[in-house]
Amino acid sequence: MQTVIWIVPILPIAGFIILTLFGRRSAWQFSAVVGAGTVGVSALLALVAGLTLAGVPDAGRTVISSLGDWVVIPGFSVDFSLRLDVLSDLMAMVITVVAFLIHLYSTAFMRGKGDYHRYFAYLNLFVGSMLLLVLGNNLLLLFVGWEGVGLCSYLLIGFWYEDPTNGLAANKAFIVTRIADAALLVGLFLTISTFGTLDISQVLSRASSAGSSPTVTAIAALLLVGAIGKSAQLPFQLWLPDAMAGPTPVSALIHAATMVTAGVYLVARMHLFYVLSPGVQLAVAIIGAATLLYGGLSALTQHDIKRVLAYSTISQIGYMFLGLGVGAWSAAMFHFMNHAFFKALLFLGAGVVIHRLNGEHNIMRMGGIRRTDRPLFWLFLTGAAALTGIPLVTSGFYSKEAILESAWIYPVAGPLFWAIGAFGVFLTGAYIFRLFFHVFLGESKKDGGTRPASFIFYPPMILLAVGAVLAGFLRTPRDLGNVQLMSNFLNPVLAPEQFRPAGLSTEVMLQIVTALLSLLAVFAAYLSYRRSTKSKVEEIEPHGIKRFLYTGMGADWLATSLVVRPFLWFAGIMRRDWVDLFYNGVAQAGLLVNRALRYTQSGLVRWYLLGIGIGVLVMLGMVVFS
Amino acid sequence: MSVPPVYGMVLAAILFVIGLGGLLIRRNMVFVVISVEVMLNAGGLGFISAGARWAQADGQAVFLFLLAVAAAEAAIGLALILWLHHRHRTVDSDSARQMRG
Repeated sequence: MQTVIWIVPILPIAGFIILTLFGRRSAWQFSAVVGAGTVGVSALLALVAGLTLAGVPDAGRTVISSLGDWVVIPGFSVDFSLRLDVLSDLMAMVITVVAFLIHLYSTAFMRGKGDYHRYFAYLNLFVGSMLLLVLGNNLLLLFVGWEGVGLCSYLLIGFWYEDPTNGLAANKAFIVTRIADAALLVGLFLTISTFGTLDISQVLSRASSAGSSPTVTAIAALLLVGAIGKSAQLPFQLWLPDAMAGPTPVSALIHAATMVTAGVYLVARMHLFYVLSPGVQLAVAIIGAATLLYGGLSALTQHDIKRVLAYSTISQIGYMFLGLGVGAWSAAMFHFMNHAFFKALLFLGAGVVIHRLNGEHNIMRMGGIRRTDRPLFWLFLTGAAALTGIPLVTSGFYSKEAILESAWIYPVAGPLFWAIGAFGVFLTGAYIFRLFFHVFLGESKKDGGTRPASFIFYPPMILLAVGAVLAGFLRTPRDLGNVQLMSNFLNPVLAPEQFRPAGLSTEVMLQIVTALLSLLAVFAAYLSYRRSTKSKVEEIEPHGIKRFLYTGMGADWLATSLVVRPFLWFAGIMRRDWVDLFYNGVAQAGLLVNRALRYTQSGLVRWYLLGIGIGVLVMLGMVVFS
Repeated sequence: MSVPPVYGMVLAAILFVIGLGGLLIRRNMVFVVISVEVMLNAGGLGFISAGARWAQADGQAVFLFLLAVAAAEAAIGLALILWLHHRHRTVDSDSARQMRG
């Protein structure tokens, strides 16, 4: 157990190295086997570790394995050590399993799209970095994984680099998250100067014994900024919709397993800091609630199938942050797990749809997939139902229910948070079933029929669909079986919900309201779909409020005019300041001297000789006359 | 009867300056090599004069070495002249000028 946990993150990284060195010269099967195989073995090990952890008593559920020192300076040291506890193992299990299924799907999906080995090399590095992030025992190792994830997202979003827009999208993702990372880095420095260590358990224990202070609040806030940058929460959500430029399985990976959930993990890992600073915790809840509304509303009017899912992810991560903000730690992690299953399923399904329709992204020009691909219809329906939270049978229902119950009893504006969350449930159902009906029902609007899909596409999606349904029964409300497997498993790391539950009857009431809202949303989406097909008007350019939502509430425009333009203007001024004048002067003087000295190098040996003669004379004179 | 050594030194200095002047002024490589020979022999004369002044044989011994150096120098110098002539069809030393300053 001690050293075995190192294999989990190192295997995908080894796969990355092997593919980088030998991938170009080998057959595509080699890349597929190395890429998917390493992640598959990691997934097996993580699952075994999870089963082992579940079998031991609470106190023994943390394994720390150190490979020796990394940075040692007087008064501060960091070592290479991994930490396997229930939280990191839950993350590792979800990451590796979902990533393995996505790898498997990619082996067929990326055939004939070029750069096969490069794709799997990046994908492996992505998974390896994310595992390092969640398994790192200190915040420095976490930061290494954090930056590795950022790098890989850049590489994979810009995977098809021939198209400049993809490169721009990659730059955007990289730069936006980097701004947030700067705050995270300052938070780490502050942690070092305050607690003298970056070891996670030591930081947490010292923070809890020191009690709340302005410093702890500042650290919590800075870490939060880093987290919302990676997790694409307001106001850093800008990069995620554009991140759709990458291949579709990459989107599935970014949205479900790696990258965007890193922020949720960081806040959950450091949740003690947020308990100690209630103001920041409230900010977490507010950001989550605002983002879930933002994502849901923006998703309503998108045409691009992948953009709908991107805004959906922003909105669902908003739910997780709302859960973290209201102190429902394990509920947020529960939603993370369910979301990983159904969002990966939806993205892979969207990939099949796009593949079948020869790269068509616009849902208004799709239709009739139900008839051409019956299994995909059912799989996508499962994913959409889980995302909406169709009552009783889907995982999304149970995890959202757990978050919303905690939101209701939150002491500050609890019912308001609940209402936003419940409205979000309605929005979720409306946008995902709008997409679903447009894509799967009606007549095919494409001429030329559809491309056949590979049979390898389906097993990963079936497994994800099974997960999207069954994962929900790991934790059910008190009136519906009261299964607490999930919260019991997470108990050693994440304390049970921070606030006392409301009465049983209130809970039942809340459940019924959200359940009805989700069903109503599906019905509303159907009505709107029927109306749009009857009117026979091709939706060309949205206008008015629709246009506002279509552009993501003008967030890009706002960011460009509020941040990018002033920054460029300022940079333009700084180009011609006096500091540069000085340094340019130095360079100019150097050039001048160079030009003068160049004339001495004439190539005429006799002139050199004259120089030598004069030099000898001068030196002799100095000797003789001194 | 014997020549004072200082005469030898003055003659050596005059020969050296003549050689240096020839080196600076002449562009014909043959004369350049001859000038170098003159300078070398001026140095040799200096050594012999100094040896006579202190009545030591060292000066004459060094001159023997100088003869060998002069022979080697003449061989290399003539080879360079041949090379220059081969490349540029001339023995003008300024023709081998590729650095333009």
